Amino acid sequence: MKAARSARSKVVETLGFNLLRLITLITVIPIVGLVVYIVIKGAPAISWEFISQSPTNGMRDGGILPAIIGTLYLTLGTAIFSVPIGVLAGIYLLEYATENRWTRLIRIAIINLAGIPSVVYGLFGLGLFVIFLRFGTSILAASLTLSIMTLPVIISTTEEALHSVPSSFRVVSTSLGATRWQTVRRIILPQALPGIITGVILGLERAAGETAPILFTGATFFLPQLPHSPLDATMALPYHIFIISTQIPGMPIQIQYGTVLVLLVFVLGMNLVATLIRSRARKKRQW
Amino acid sequence: MKEFFIRNLSITYSDNNESLRNVNMEIEARAITVLFGPAGGGKSTFLRVLNRLNDLADVKEMKGEVLFHGENILDPGINVIELRRKVGMVFSRPVPLPLSIFDNVAYGLVMAGERNQSRLREAVEKALKQAFLWDEVHDRLKDSAYSLSGGQQQRVCLARVLALEPEVIMLDEPTSALDPIATANIEDMLRELKNQYTIIIVPHNVQQAARIADYAAFFLMGEVVEFGKGIELFQVPKDKRTSDYVTGRFG
Repeated sequence: MKAARSARSKVVETLGFNLLRLITLITVIPIVGLVVYIVIKGAPAISWEFISQSPTNGMRDGGILPAIIGTLYLTLGTAIFSVPIGVLAGIYLLEYATENRWTRLIRIAIINLAGIPSVVYGLFGLGLFVIFLRFGTSILAASLTLSIMTLPVIISTTEEALHSVPSSFRVVSTSLGATRWQTVRRIILPQALPGIITGVILGLERAAGETAPILFTGATFFLPQLPHSPLDATMALPYHIFIISTQIPGMPIQIQYGTVLVLLVFVLGMNLVATLIRSRARKKRQW
Repeated sequence: MKEFFIRNLSITYSDNNESLRNVNMEIEARAITVLFGPAGGGKSTFLRVLNRLNDLADVKEMKGEVLFHGENILDPGINVIELRRKVGMVFSRPVPLPLSIFDNVAYGLVMAGERNQSRLREAVEKALKQAFLWDEVHDRLKDSAYSLSGGQQQRVCLARVLALEPEVIMLDEPTSALDPIATANIEDMLRELKNQYTIIIVPHNVQQAARIADYAAFFLMGEVVEFGKGIELFQVPKDKRTSDYVTGRFG
């Protein structure tokens, strides 16, 4: 009797585990399928010419160099504004600010900022940077818009990374006569750095793939030459994909897939770097 | 000579936890003062007043006076950094900083602005010798402090404090994570160190308290029930609660 019951519970357990395994598999299938599909369809388009030349014949021929360069510029521009501000804000919030109504309000604001649809950021950037501050449709305006969108991610991952460093280090360092800033700089930041870098990359990766925020603020349909200054508009991969998939009659499908593949490699490459940094830091960590 | 005069010290945390009530004590310089009693009696809180480490905790109210060299260290205007360099602390679990052995021991001095490498090397060697660790680690000072055993780590933590040449060394159950041999080593070291330093220690049991105490204070629920010379307090306690605790009737 007892043996029968335990045998039955064993069967139930095995069934349960396999069900969970199946569900996990189901979540992975679309992602893997998508990537494989795009690689298969897009790979034939990839060539040195494709990534080193400008589009010709109304986008139907040639390469996508201006879009690649544009996305690089925008990502870099976003990093210049959002990384220092975001990391410093995260340090301030976790290491300096005392917990009160004011900091709680800031945290709620940060969480909510992360949930705002990206097209709203785009319109906000149009109003503030393009029109009010007269930056025009430019790399500068688009980078600033993307920065505002990226900030919440960077601030909260910075806070998280700092928080994961044991508080006993803070106590010990303080007891040895270190100031708060010395403690942060010498002990806490070096330990939290891999986590912060990972968060920064993930934030920038999202910015690199966004279309809506740059739609009104910096992206342009076609440029005969590469942008010369931050006040020039630029082509960018996500926007370029939108254009060639919807706006151009007779667009060769291969180029569309090729462009998507390039963006995917760009974004997944950043992701890979973040993962490598994190796993290496985890191996090196002593506590 | 007295190192600290503590008068009517009371502390309440924001969550009303482990407070001190009206503590009065005079701590003798160059002697071992033992603070003992059941958990939650306020011993750690008391230690963390003497170097203002309580600033990091959620203290709601602090009343009374703690004089160190004639200066009230509860005064918000004092130089806490300077105070912490003079009143060092060793914690119950060894917490090496995520640095090399050398950098751990040199940490306090570097933070104080010492940049001269040869002076740092000298200070580190001296501190490690005082902590009876030099012979074991002198050829691997660049290794991570986490590569050492628990007992060695705790001696690094002690050396780290000694390198600052403080006047007072406080130890909060420094042997609670150590085996009996490592514990005996630390106790021997403390007997040696009391010739140069004022030592305040929370021992991890009554036996240890009795072994090393020159002076002893019995803490119970935030109050100092009894304070006096070690031998007298352990052999002929005046208060019934002290004798009950010392003889193991509760604890």
